[in-house]
Amino acid sequence: MTTTNNNLKHPEIGEEERKAILRAVNHRRLVIFLRIAVAVVTLAGWELAVDYGLMDAFFFSKPSEIYDQLSVWITEGTAQGPLWKELLVTMEETVLGFLIGSVLGIFFGVALGRNKLASDVFSIYIKVANAIPRVVLGSIFIIIFGLGMGSKVALAVVMVFFVVFGNAFQGVREADKNLIANAYILGANKRQVTFGVVFPSALTWILASLHVSFGFALVGAVVGEFLGSRHGIGLLIATAQGAFNAAGVFAAMVVLAVVALAAEYLLTAIEDKLLKWRPAQFVEHGM
Amino acid sequence: MTNVAIELMNVSRKFISPAGKVTLALRDFSLTVNEGDFCAIVGPTGCGKSTTLGMITGLSPPSSGSVRVFGKPVTGIDPNIGFVFQADAVFPWKNVIDNVAIGPIFRGQDKQTANDRAAEWVRRVGLAGFEHHYPHQLSGGMRKRVALAQTFINEPKILLMDEPFSALDVQTRALMQEELLTLWSEKKASVVFVTHDIEEAIALADRVVVLTKGPGSVKSSYEIPLARPRNVSEARYTKEFIDLSKQIWFDLKDEVQI
Repeated sequence: MTTTNNNLKHPEIGEEERKAILRAVNHRRLVIFLRIAVAVVTLAGWELAVDYGLMDAFFFSKPSEIYDQLSVWITEGTAQGPLWKELLVTMEETVLGFLIGSVLGIFFGVALGRNKLASDVFSIYIKVANAIPRVVLGSIFIIIFGLGMGSKVALAVVMVFFVVFGNAFQGVREADKNLIANAYILGANKRQVTFGVVFPSALTWILASLHVSFGFALVGAVVGEFLGSRHGIGLLIATAQGAFNAAGVFAAMVVLAVVALAAEYLLTAIEDKLLKWRPAQFVEHGM
Repeated sequence: MTNVAIELMNVSRKFISPAGKVTLALRDFSLTVNEGDFCAIVGPTGCGKSTTLGMITGLSPPSSGSVRVFGKPVTGIDPNIGFVFQADAVFPWKNVIDNVAIGPIFRGQDKQTANDRAAEWVRRVGLAGFEHHYPHQLSGGMRKRVALAQTFINEPKILLMDEPFSALDVQTRALMQEELLTLWSEKKASVVFVTHDIEEAIALADRVVVLTKGPGSVKSSYEIPLARPRNVSEARYTKEFIDLSKQIWFDLKDEVQI
């Protein structure tokens, strides 16, 4: 009878094991070194290409200018106010849109997935709604909600909703029929099956969609700001674009990338915590 | 003990596809299982063995004929019924003890009592020390033990088993058969045990029912005179056992020809 062997402490480390560990450590070091090397070469290549006139700084800017722009924003603030305040506005829109969109998506996905008639009726409309490029709704939302936060949150909600909804729906439909039958025979009622069996099986799908949808929420918020707003990173980009300031556009991109990476990290941590029952090979995230 | 636990009378079951194609799974099938009886059903693939169990649970009602459990027609899922599936049906996101405790919790028992009882059952199926392991960390045989504990904790008066051990390797299967007989002998539920393994059927059951190929009906029925308590691994080498097994195989052979 074999069970977990990963929590065994190494009782005695022989020559062979030591070599294997050393190999693994060396491999990890090499990967980190090469990763840094790729970044350095890319950035240096970009900088030099602009300096030697291979690329036009007017269109492509260059890393040192982007860095300068970022430090000006951080130390002196942007034309609209301090950078952190602009970022806070965008973050608030993103997180609000993400939360509302996910909750709605999960709710409707599970509800529809559990009801055959409703799912048969609505599946066609979901396909239609999915086919519409939802970003264009941003203009409608600005007409409805004005230049404030509401229109951006609404756009982010719409962007997130369909992804999460689709995955929750699929996850519910894929729930193991044996598990459901087993639960009924063990004494569960329909509500207990929904929350105790179907929802946990769909959770893998739902959590996978949350990774993608946070990025979508960010896109929704930034595009919304782009289309018309008084604050936010999107406006910063629009302003830089208006002034033909390529460094400003790139600097805003860097800020957004940092935010997206931090969110991704957080979501992965949450996912690992919620799905600790899964076999290890599915939880591993690269080396 | 002559009370009838399960009674199927002239039951037929049709499956009709959305395109209108009709598949007859069972035809004029009758079976009576007395209280405390261990009845095994063997038959060729696709003869409607699993369909029989589905009708007794109430999950899939018959197209015609009547199904009665303890004298009452089956209308929904009877709380006296326990079911062990062929595939893994333990909940992968719950650890061993929570998996076992889930039946009583579904039935409204408070969490503390359910957990105490679950701990006792986990110990009884020999999984003490594995209470907080998740199913993926266990071997196939251990997962089956969890499934048995999960079913037995509800103290079913009727136990339905759909090829429960067919996915296990031979040695584990023999162990699980012993285990099942030990657990069963304490409360003597009425069992319907579906299998395609003749030796397993003889080793476990009081009566073996042979079905014809689909649409299935009863071809023959054998009383198994082996004494109880049985030692499964030794019983299968006795002359009685071998003769029975030959005879049942002879019955079944005509049905499985391709």
